[in-house]
Amino acid sequence: MAAHSAVLSMSKIINPFWGGRLGNTVKVFGTTLTSHRNKTLLTPPPAKYGGRHTVTLIPGDGIGPELLNHVREVFRFSCVPVDFEVVNVNSALETDDDMNNAITAIRRNGIALKGNIETKHTMAPSVKSRNNLLRTSLDLYANVMHCQSLPGVQTRHKNIDIMIIRENTEGEYSSLEHESVSGVVESLKIITRNNSLRIADYAFKLAREKGRRRVTAVHKANIMKLGDGLFLQCCREVASGYPDITFDSMIVDNTTMQLVSKPHQFDVMVMPNLYGNVVSNVCAGLVGGPGLVPGANYGNAYAVFETATRNTGKSIAGKNIANPTAMLLASCMMLDHLKLYDHATMIRHAVLKTMNETRLHTADIGGQGTTSEVVQTIMRIIQSGGQLTTEL
Amino acid sequence: MAGKAWRSAILNLLRTWLSGKDKIKAQEVSWAVGAVKKGTPQARTFTRGIQTVTLIPGDGIGPEISTAVMKIFEAAEAPIQWEERNVTAIQGPGGKWMIPPDAKESMDRNKIGLKGPLKTPIAAGHPSMNLLLRKTFDLYANVRPCVSIEGYKTPYSDVNLVTIRENTEGEYSGIEHVIVDGVVQSIKLITEQASQRIADYAFEYARNNQRASVTAVHKANIMRMSDGLFLRKCREAAEKHKDVKFTEMYLDTVCLNMVQDPTQFDVLVMPNLYGDILSDLCAGLIGGLGVTPSGNIGANGVAIFESVHGTAPDIAGKDMANPTALLLSAVMMLRHMGLHGHAKKIEAACFDTIRDEKVRTKDLGGNSKCSEFTEAICQRVRDMQ
Repeated sequence: MAAHSAVLSMSKIINPFWGGRLGNTVKVFGTTLTSHRNKTLLTPPPAKYGGRHTVTLIPGDGIGPELLNHVREVFRFSCVPVDFEVVNVNSALETDDDMNNAITAIRRNGIALKGNIETKHTMAPSVKSRNNLLRTSLDLYANVMHCQSLPGVQTRHKNIDIMIIRENTEGEYSSLEHESVSGVVESLKIITRNNSLRIADYAFKLAREKGRRRVTAVHKANIMKLGDGLFLQCCREVASGYPDITFDSMIVDNTTMQLVSKPHQFDVMVMPNLYGNVVSNVCAGLVGGPGLVPGANYGNAYAVFETATRNTGKSIAGKNIANPTAMLLASCMMLDHLKLYDHATMIRHAVLKTMNETRLHTADIGGQGTTSEVVQTIMRIIQSGGQLTTEL
Repeated sequence: MAGKAWRSAILNLLRTWLSGKDKIKAQEVSWAVGAVKKGTPQARTFTRGIQTVTLIPGDGIGPEISTAVMKIFEAAEAPIQWEERNVTAIQGPGGKWMIPPDAKESMDRNKIGLKGPLKTPIAAGHPSMNLLLRKTFDLYANVRPCVSIEGYKTPYSDVNLVTIRENTEGEYSGIEHVIVDGVVQSIKLITEQASQRIADYAFEYARNNQRASVTAVHKANIMRMSDGLFLRKCREAAEKHKDVKFTEMYLDTVCLNMVQDPTQFDVLVMPNLYGDILSDLCAGLIGGLGVTPSGNIGANGVAIFESVHGTAPDIAGKDMANPTALLLSAVMMLRHMGLHGHAKKIEAACFDTIRDEKVRTKDLGGNSKCSEFTEAICQRVRDMQ
């Protein structure tokens, strides 16, 4: 920031004397630095040479490694210019070294694709959830989940289209707990004005970008008057700056009740951390389950993509029955973020075609197919699309 | 079935005595002796004589639905005598808000209560009436059985589960501070005593109502100490009640599975906030708060059964209200008191009337008045005698 202002002041001094030549260089340099300040929320990291991007890959536990292997397979097959830097995190260890390596890798590359890292709650309470640690260290404050009904999947409610924006760093997940007296445990839920304004701003910006008409804030301010009251107040403040978008609020228990009976009334929803957990899982269940919905965690500088409901899937690991859809759609979201739109559209189209037309479903949505069969079908559809691919 | 509890208690005691491994705790012995003496610690039999129950009609549609329930009970010849009381907050000595003393005395005497919807005052200077009642009688467990109503179609059928929610602490402790300007801290309190109490109650309920399994709902991966403590207490209670299956599940997994397949759940026990959200979610599965019963169990044997919907001031006095929620809560009350025969009769009459579709109130999709609906149920009950 100091360099930038110095350069601007320099350009102001130099310009009158040198007019075109040196002043131009300084102006160009200056504009690059100013544009750094006016960065939008979703600026991709610069590509390394050859136009290839490097993305951190964290396999995680359970079904994470196998699904991410499939993602790599599909990317290799489709000649996507992405190289993966694999960082393994061993959830059984008590030290944070693995996590620190992963976080450094993400800081270096700016973008990551991850599976869920298991949190064994038999370990001491001082060993915090690794996933949570990642989100807070990288300040990935917005978790975005787009729940859309897929025509090929049989569900009780049809045509659902809800965007859920969940505050990802504070709230009930601050992991600040203490036992003040033996047998009495206190857990702190922190709500700050800055973070609430930030997430509300993100929600409204996203709503405007996607052409959505309504934003609903989910809260429990009738009971937690100060905490959720502050969140609600921040949302209202931000809403006043977006008169084209309707803003309303709903209490979380009523929200869940409405979601299971009349889900079509919701458009975009914004909420603190814990309610976000509940509501996103309810919505994922409504559209067909944890295997179908991708999720993204955005910060100002970094982005991490994963499945929306963050399941480890221990019980189905290694059995070749997991649903690869969520992870593949998450990787498409990542490609969109990297501005590789063509590849993203191609893979997404193939995934959705497999889901909706060929009706090759895995066990979680009532089918008989295995993961590898689904992935093979997806790759065959990509090949038939006529794009450049490697051998099947 | 309920009698078998004392039998298993004696057998357990004999087993530990003979194995000689663990010392028999004095508490276990007295529990077993008490169980033999009293029958079961939970279900009371009041079949001898008429039982008096405190009735709190409430506000809005409260009085009309209470009258409907009284009429139906009269038609069913249930041995219940009603004592009506009003609860409006009054300020006692020292400025502390409390419920009127005659209401408190009536509840303490009768131990069983039925309550209609109470108005929540905004800026009245005193806390909500529900909160006052909860504190006065230490109503620590909120029990909501959610059973699909055959006549009322929802996208979910065959729902049959019970949510048991800890009602006194957790996220709703109401302890909040502004640390610095723009940073607010809300404290979630979990105590060993309250967790133990609710876990024990959940297993007792499962045993007394022939439920196969209890699932503890938690988020111990994130809130390690607080939900970890709750989970530990549930595990301990599971050890004491080996005849009931115990599982634990994360809150998000429960939500995910609940909307896909609610038939996999039986009894759910959880702390306050999760209970609030999940019990309303389950109510939504069967058709909303207008058809969901609810009961609050307190220390000292007090139990208050209530309808959880609002006061609906816009339809108050117009004979349009749906008494189903209060009626089903009253049926729950009968079961709690051991009057299973009457409970079954009234419940069957209610469900048959709804299934018949001829007389339904507006919220269930019909056009009838509350009085017509009540009369239809009364007629069915009389026919069943």
